[in-house]
Amino acid sequence: MAAPLLELERLSVVYEPAILAVEDVSFSIWKGEIVALLGANGAGKTSLLRAISNLLRAKRGRLSKGHIIYDGQRVERVPTHRLVETGLVQVLEGRHCFLFLTVEENLLTGALGRRSSRGDAKDDLGRVYEVFPSLKAKAKQPAGLLSGGQQQMLAIGRALMARPNLLLLDEPSMGLAPLLAAEIFETLAKLNRDDGLTILLAEQNAASALHYASRAFVLENGRLASGGPTADLLARDDILSAYLGLVSEKIVETASI
Amino acid sequence: MDWSFLIGVVISGLLAGVMYSLVAIGFVLIYKTSGVLNFAQGSMLLFAALTFVSLHEEGLPFWIAFVLTLAIMVLLGVLIEKIVLRPLINQPPITLFMATLGLSYIIEGGAQFVWGTQVHQLDLGIADVPLPLNSILISQFDIFCAGVAGAIVAVLGVVLQYTRVGLAFRAAAFDQYAALNTGLRLPRIWAITWGVAGFIALVGGLLWGARTGVQFSLSLVVLKSLPVLVVGGFDSIIGAIVGGLLVGLTETLMEVYVGPFIGGGIDQWIAYALALAFLLIKPTGLFGQRSVERV
Ligand SMILES: Nc1ncnc2c1ncn2[C@@H]1O[C@H](COP(=O)(O)OP(=O)(O)OP(=O)(O)O)[C@@H](O)[C@H]1O
Ligand SMILES: [Mg+2]
Repeated sequence: MAAPLLELERLSVVYEPAILAVEDVSFSIWKGEIVALLGANGAGKTSLLRAISNLLRAKRGRLSKGHIIYDGQRVERVPTHRLVETGLVQVLEGRHCFLFLTVEENLLTGALGRRSSRGDAKDDLGRVYEVFPSLKAKAKQPAGLLSGGQQQMLAIGRALMARPNLLLLDEPSMGLAPLLAAEIFETLAKLNRDDGLTILLAEQNAASALHYASRAFVLENGRLASGGPTADLLARDDILSAYLGLVSEKIVETASI
Repeated sequence: MDWSFLIGVVISGLLAGVMYSLVAIGFVLIYKTSGVLNFAQGSMLLFAALTFVSLHEEGLPFWIAFVLTLAIMVLLGVLIEKIVLRPLINQPPITLFMATLGLSYIIEGGAQFVWGTQVHQLDLGIADVPLPLNSILISQFDIFCAGVAGAIVAVLGVVLQYTRVGLAFRAAAFDQYAALNTGLRLPRIWAITWGVAGFIALVGGLLWGARTGVQFSLSLVVLKSLPVLVVGGFDSIIGAIVGGLLVGLTETLMEVYVGPFIGGGIDQWIAYALALAFLLIKPTGLFGQRSVERV
């Protein structure tokens, strides 16, 4: 088997003064996969994604242990903007759009991060508008006027502008109506299928995430509680009810839609 | 009521206000990108004026002295950001403020050490004589200052709105964490901002210096621009401009129409009274948005 695109080796995350948010987490992601990262409030999903994108310092935290290997390179000391340049891009929890900037300007910041040429940025803009047509109609409006769902699309679009190889998404369905969330998951699945975009998806919405992911990992209190192919997880009632707050029939129902 | 006199007072008030705006813009730029209330802005202004005058007095031609001083100011700004503020990243705002307060004394002391303490005259070659416009008298020098400040604001506006650097600045000013995550190079944005603040300090220093003489009290214009920031909002360039104009106007109007009845000296405190009123009514200032969260 080829080398993984991302390897996490025994990661621990600590926030000041001494809050252990993630402890000894290891797993790998291969190119072309959609992997779900599940867990309840405070389980450590966001902290783990921050660790991967080297954003912990900005939140008064740090990687206290472990290695991160992306595309064959150790990257735990590589600054975020370098990671973005090499295609490791994150869509933050809570969207974090630049609300005073127009939709198009928001997207262009993604091109700035990648240091794309003007020509490339223009091409990418066209592509993002194809993926999210509703953004095109609002191109010249401030992002602050968008609905929650459109802001989520904008945040994803901004990340796409950086031409990601590995996209980390932190609860993209948070606060969205089920239909809208489904639309966003479908778009991600399509990007994965058509462009081979590798995706690590942190979600509390376990049903949807499991529906789209090929493998999933479950965090509990910062530790990896279980993980494996989604089919295996879905077959285990103990995991479904203990960690994911799901009853198996419900999953089967959702998964068959 | 003498209308042409009133109009003259209003115009010279607004023109005086432009000078406040100029200093305040230097503040706002830094506050917006890094959340630091840079108390050293006044010392930077003094340092710039003093360096320029001294180089000029050494016999360097105007433009060479100007460019040289500009280079020194940009370097100073970048160094402050790198050496003092970067290591203090993630510290509470009060720590950063204290750091810039300390810095202002170091810069002033340094300027004193290098250039001495005497008062220098600075002649920009624009006579400070009243220019009669119909029957209204307006200082030619005030108009020149307003023109320079206006030009700077216009250029800044265009750069912010239409260039990549400007886009990165606006993004980082709104949400540093998101900017970091998007891959924007915050340190570079900070360095550029401090460089521009250095340039504005130089221009402000020359204009103020030409008016009052280059001396150590020049760094006190920082105290004049605090009320401007309170009125306009700490994080708004438009606010700095409007706040400056309002403060200048209020000062001049009060000085002319109220001052005689209460024995003068009103310009010493009226700006603060205005600022206080704003704090009570609209704490974010006219155009202020929100407090900046620092990465
Ligand atoms: N900046 C911070 N400083 C201190 N502790 C933090 C910080 N951010 C998160 N934590 C703590 O770390 C733990 C993990 O939080 P994290 O945000 O990673 O969980 P999560 O799985 O993303 O939760 P949610 O689903 O609510 O987003 C929690 O106990 C949280 O309180
Ligand atoms: Mg989270």
